[in-house]
Amino acid sequence: MNLRADMTLTAGELVSLYGHSGAGKTSILRMLAGLMKPDGGYIKVNGVRWYDAAERLHLPAQKRRIGVVFQDYALFPNMTVRGNISYGIRQREDNYLTDELLDLTGMSRFAGSPVQSLSGGQQQRVALARAIASRPSLLLLDEPLSAIDNALRLQLQETLYHVHRRFQLTTILISHDIDEIVRLADRVLHLDNGMIEAHPNPGIFFYRDGSGLTGRVVHIDEQQIATVLLRERIIKINAAGSGIAAGEQAAIFYDGAAPFIRKL
Amino acid sequence: MIDLEPFWLTAKLACCTTLCLFIIAIPLAAWLSRRSGLFRTVIEVLVSMPLVLPPSVIGFYLLVVFSPGGAIGAFIEQWVGLRFVFSFEGLLLASMIYSLPFMVHPIQAGLSSLPPTLQEAAWSLGKTRWQTLVQVLLPNIRHQLLTAVVLTLAHTVGEFGVVLMIGGNIAGKTRTASIAIYDEVEAPNYHNANIYALILVCLSFLILFILYWSNRKRGHYPMW
Repeated sequence: MNLRADMTLTAGELVSLYGHSGAGKTSILRMLAGLMKPDGGYIKVNGVRWYDAAERLHLPAQKRRIGVVFQDYALFPNMTVRGNISYGIRQREDNYLTDELLDLTGMSRFAGSPVQSLSGGQQQRVALARAIASRPSLLLLDEPLSAIDNALRLQLQETLYHVHRRFQLTTILISHDIDEIVRLADRVLHLDNGMIEAHPNPGIFFYRDGSGLTGRVVHIDEQQIATVLLRERIIKINAAGSGIAAGEQAAIFYDGAAPFIRKL
Repeated sequence: MIDLEPFWLTAKLACCTTLCLFIIAIPLAAWLSRRSGLFRTVIEVLVSMPLVLPPSVIGFYLLVVFSPGGAIGAFIEQWVGLRFVFSFEGLLLASMIYSLPFMVHPIQAGLSSLPPTLQEAAWSLGKTRWQTLVQVLLPNIRHQLLTAVVLTLAHTVGEFGVVLMIGGNIAGKTRTASIAIYDEVEAPNYHNANIYALILVCLSFLILFILYWSNRKRGHYPMW
């Protein structure tokens, strides 16, 4: 199958790469990371070319400012939690980041623990912290929560959300979990038949056939974006002007143009 | 009273061979573990050949190549000041060739058993291939490294054919413990041969015991 990826990302946004298994999502991530060479085209990040087929330029992974969270986390067993995170630090002046990331991911009390003793959720947090410690220009998350059970998944999504907000990293997230994508992503890049389609609103992309759904508002952030629990799904929706507060019951409607929320 | 010189010589040969091979084998094993293709297969075959070749074959060809009467042997002796035939340096070279697979194979197997994402994660953090090998990969195959070192030591201690061919049987210079046993049997002096053999059995047992005891609770990659 031929794969053609034509995409532009805005600095600081979190986009989700979505598609069926075998569509080429991980391949795209690996090409961006410099772990796989594309057949043609170019990759440019912050004005710097990482790959250019015409100029025969292919920066190796070591020279690209990337952070990667692999599906199997790939933590280093010979290092502690602190050791893994600080291994990502590239400059001495960033040494303070290790403690900040330990705190942000809730792993401070495990700092001296061997990574083999951690649960799956804890390993995921360490992997995320390590990827961010290197201050990447681009953060690549390859189904980071696929091996986590549902209960823990929501907590880790929160962690991911807060970490992304704190560091404003341009992030590409591969996920099969629709709720996760709607909750975290600013945009969806849908990979299908070797082509990418960009969708600016994940809620509309996934829930465009639904209407009159009810649920409970879990959280409203400072931008008035409400996180709503619908049966077993979670979505994010603009609640500005609705007068609704966290903890209240709400109904989600879709009028053909955009979803909107009303208090029940 | 038996002469202990052969044991000191054997110990010196085993340690020097192991140290030299350790330095050579690591980059070689790393290269073999990540490459594929015809050239890589050829190298892998060459590394493994001492496993199947009779030691006397290796010894014979080393004798032919490095003989002072030949072009290569004469060149080395004239310009480097080394003679490989009937010398400790010759024994060292022959041992390194003969024990090469015992050092390379465990390290290569260890590196191949690690998930590729481990080194990819290190690269994504800006680490060079060498930093990744030394700081991430090798520390996670400590037991395979120990296996390689111990097997090479033990194998070198037991060498006979290749050592006899290239080194001869020069007391204090090339007469290792295994050749000393052969000497005593030919004498015939079975009492001394028995003492030499018993010491070697005990030494070999000790070396292998260290290996198996240290690996008793270990698996492979610690995260699995």
